[in-house]
Amino acid sequence: MIPLSYYVTLSAVVFFTGLVGVLIRRNIIIILLSVELMLNATNINFVAFSQSLHNIAGQVFVFFALTVAAAEVAVGLAIIIALHRAKHTINVDEFQLMKW
Amino acid sequence: MAQFFFFYFALVIAASSVLVVALRNPIYSALSLLIMFFHVAGLYVTLHAEFLAAVQVIVYAGAILVLYLFVVMLLNLKHDERYHRQWPVAAAVGSILVLEAVVLTLVKGRTALARPPVSEPSVEGLGNTESLGDVLYSTYLFPFEVASLILLVAMIGAIILAKKDLSGESLQ
Amino acid sequence: MTYELIPLLPLASFLILGMFGHWIRDKAHLVAVPAIVLSLGISILAFFDVAGGHHSTIRLYTWLTSGMLDVHIGLSIDRLTSVMLLLVTTVSALVHVYTIGYMQGEPGYARFFSYIALFTFSMLMLVLADNFLQLFVFWEAVGLCSYLLIGHWYERQSAVAAATKAFVVNRVGDFGFMLGLLLVFTTFDSLDYATAFANVGPATAQVMNILEPVGGSFEVSTITVICLLLFMGAIGKSAQFPLHVWLPDAMEGPTPISALIHAATMVTAGVFMVARLAPLYNASPAAMSVVAVVGAITMVLGATIALTQTDIKRVVAYSTMSQLGYMMMACGLGAYAAGIYHLMTHGAFKALLFLGCGSVIIALHHEQDMRRMGGLKDRLPITYWTFVIGSLALAGFPLTAGFFSKDDILVSAWAAGPLGQVLSMFGVLTALLTAFYSFRLVFVTFWGPSRVDQQHAAHVHEPSPTMTVPLVILAVLSIATGYVGIPEFLAPVFEGGDGAHGGGAMGIMLLATAMGLLGIGGAYYAYVLHPSLPDRWAHQWRTAYEWSFHKWYFDEAYDRSIVRPTFTVAVELWKRIDVAVIDGAVNGVARAIAWGAWFLRLVQSGQTQHYALGMALGAVVILTLLMVM
Repeated sequence: MIPLSYYVTLSAVVFFTGLVGVLIRRNIIIILLSVELMLNATNINFVAFSQSLHNIAGQVFVFFALTVAAAEVAVGLAIIIALHRAKHTINVDEFQLMKW
Repeated sequence: MAQFFFFYFALVIAASSVLVVALRNPIYSALSLLIMFFHVAGLYVTLHAEFLAAVQVIVYAGAILVLYLFVVMLLNLKHDERYHRQWPVAAAVGSILVLEAVVLTLVKGRTALARPPVSEPSVEGLGNTESLGDVLYSTYLFPFEVASLILLVAMIGAIILAKKDLSGESLQ
Repeated sequence: MTYELIPLLPLASFLILGMFGHWIRDKAHLVAVPAIVLSLGISILAFFDVAGGHHSTIRLYTWLTSGMLDVHIGLSIDRLTSVMLLLVTTVSALVHVYTIGYMQGEPGYARFFSYIALFTFSMLMLVLADNFLQLFVFWEAVGLCSYLLIGHWYERQSAVAAATKAFVVNRVGDFGFMLGLLLVFTTFDSLDYATAFANVGPATAQVMNILEPVGGSFEVSTITVICLLLFMGAIGKSAQFPLHVWLPDAMEGPTPISALIHAATMVTAGVFMVARLAPLYNASPAAMSVVAVVGAITMVLGATIALTQTDIKRVVAYSTMSQLGYMMMACGLGAYAAGIYHLMTHGAFKALLFLGCGSVIIALHHEQDMRRMGGLKDRLPITYWTFVIGSLALAGFPLTAGFFSKDDILVSAWAAGPLGQVLSMFGVLTALLTAFYSFRLVFVTFWGPSRVDQQHAAHVHEPSPTMTVPLVILAVLSIATGYVGIPEFLAPVFEGGDGAHGGGAMGIMLLATAMGLLGIGGAYYAYVLHPSLPDRWAHQWRTAYEWSFHKWYFDEAYDRSIVRPTFTVAVELWKRIDVAVIDGAVNGVARAIAWGAWFLRLVQSGQTQHYALGMALGAVVILTLLMVM
């Protein structure tokens, strides 16, 4: 049996890698990719716990998380396209409307 | 044997996720992500969640990633891919967080957790697909329907946002 | 009888003119004069009432009682008070009438009347007081009125400065007065005259160690300390040495108030206080000696300075200072009745002299330097003759009131022991000087060839009756008050302190009279017969002349030793503490906040990834907390 903590550790590694990706990359698309990483990490966590607790609810949640992730990607990419049309760039640091 | 599979999958997942973040070419990043998706599916199989593994491949690898690649190639940008100026700080933060998470799990994590009130049939009894379907259309019916609504909204939103703005004509 | 009206009528006058003066304007005298004349009438009634043996006490208002402390407003009319009431109301009424002519057409007409009404009210309440606190409150009030009136022409820099000087110098004395007040309360457990006077006997045994705070030991009688502290206030108020410096500067004010306040009434408050508190002073021979010596010094000082002054009002001012010294000396030697008698006669003839100066000043279009006067005795007859009568009274010429009162002082002084004899000799010397400078003033101003400015020479004429009638009345009083027997009237008030008339009385009287005549003759010789003589004398005795002309350099000495160091300290405190520390702290806080805000503003870069980093840092913090707890 693989101990649960291994799965949790793996999930943590992937999650924080995705977080670092969000903080580091300047290309919006890659940022969204990193967000997918984070979502996947939580999915791993849920499935691992579902197996460990013998409860199907975890997998149901993964199911829905997957669904929502798909919807989110669709909308997110549409936004990126709209942004590109407006500013002809997808570098995040050039969007500074929230500056003081 | 199970351990070997787990470590293989875990290693590749970790490595490919690092590559996603580190590679400068967006297409390479997307492809690394693809590799990661497949290995996550493999991990699901080892966890007896076969249906989820299938769904993972179909939806993530087959739909989402393709969508990403479409957009990357559509926008076709130059590779000015320096990292953000705050990357040392971010790297430090990331490593600290990983460390702390691991420490917390090992030191304070308890394996004997309280069971949730609703006890569902275990995964081993029925097949994964059957048990999932069983629960999905009874207990979690409402979220199921809401999920379909979310997809509908996303579809409409995506169309509207990405549509070219024809001057003078209002959006129908 | 309603004796409360005596002070309340002037108060009403003040309130009406103060509130409605803007609309009343040139008719202000119609409110002020009847009020004060009515007050005078009631004072006369009070006088006869007291003469008939009735002592009135009225308790007007109790403000608070707390333990032993009973603060109230009360009036007490005994013989001393009734005499003072007459003096104050009479001079005030005459000054009111005089002002109608003097201040005619001035913009501050109504304001002036309201202030002298306020002053009259305050002075009356001061003399009517039956407790120390009320005395003090109205002591301060007359000081305030003095400030307001000296600075009446407030656009004049010199007037404002003089008013401030008067107030501040008085304050110095009042500090001692307040300490004395506190000591009275702790000694007698009451602030009433009656209680204090009744318990003087047992209290004389009390001593206090005044060097206790510095760890030393020097015991003095408590009563002595009380008397000396209260006397400090009198030194300030009555322009005694060393706090006399404000009186000459007070001449910046209009002449009517020089007459009212700085001759007849306010400055006499100090003398009045010593006389009023005679039972206390009688219990402390040490304090009395101090009072007498200070009075004598002032007496001589004032006379020596008056010899060389050229501003006619200044001459009269120094003369006032000198005469106040006489009165204080008399009280210090136990001759309270004589002192008050001289106070009263002096009130009449000094007010006369001031008002006469005012008449001359108006006639010559506000000229005050006697070197630009002369030859006025035919042009201003009434002014001239009344002025001569006043000067004769001042010089102590026989048969004038001044003669009787000054003699009374000198004789009583001679009979008061060795100190008294020494001081009375100084008094005789001063009589000589007094006669000399007062007739110097007369001869230079009114006799001889006219040195008046050509422009005004043709228009010199006697002023209106509102100004000349008070002069005549005062001239009559300068003679008449000698014959109404004031000392005998006052004697019962001061049992135990009145000077006896001994064998040396006749000799002193003759000596003083001789000195007076000698002074007048000398002035005649020097200023009429041989006019070049004074300049030769000034040249010959250069140093003495300079010292006299420059008022013995008191102002310069105070300036250098007190005023300048205080300014330096103040400037240093201002620069070091107020500007650098306090302003620095306040501005510094503002600057720090602005800097902090500027600094925090940098967080809002507009870049989403910066904000995301912030969130990640937050997560680090939480996880760390979870780890350590």
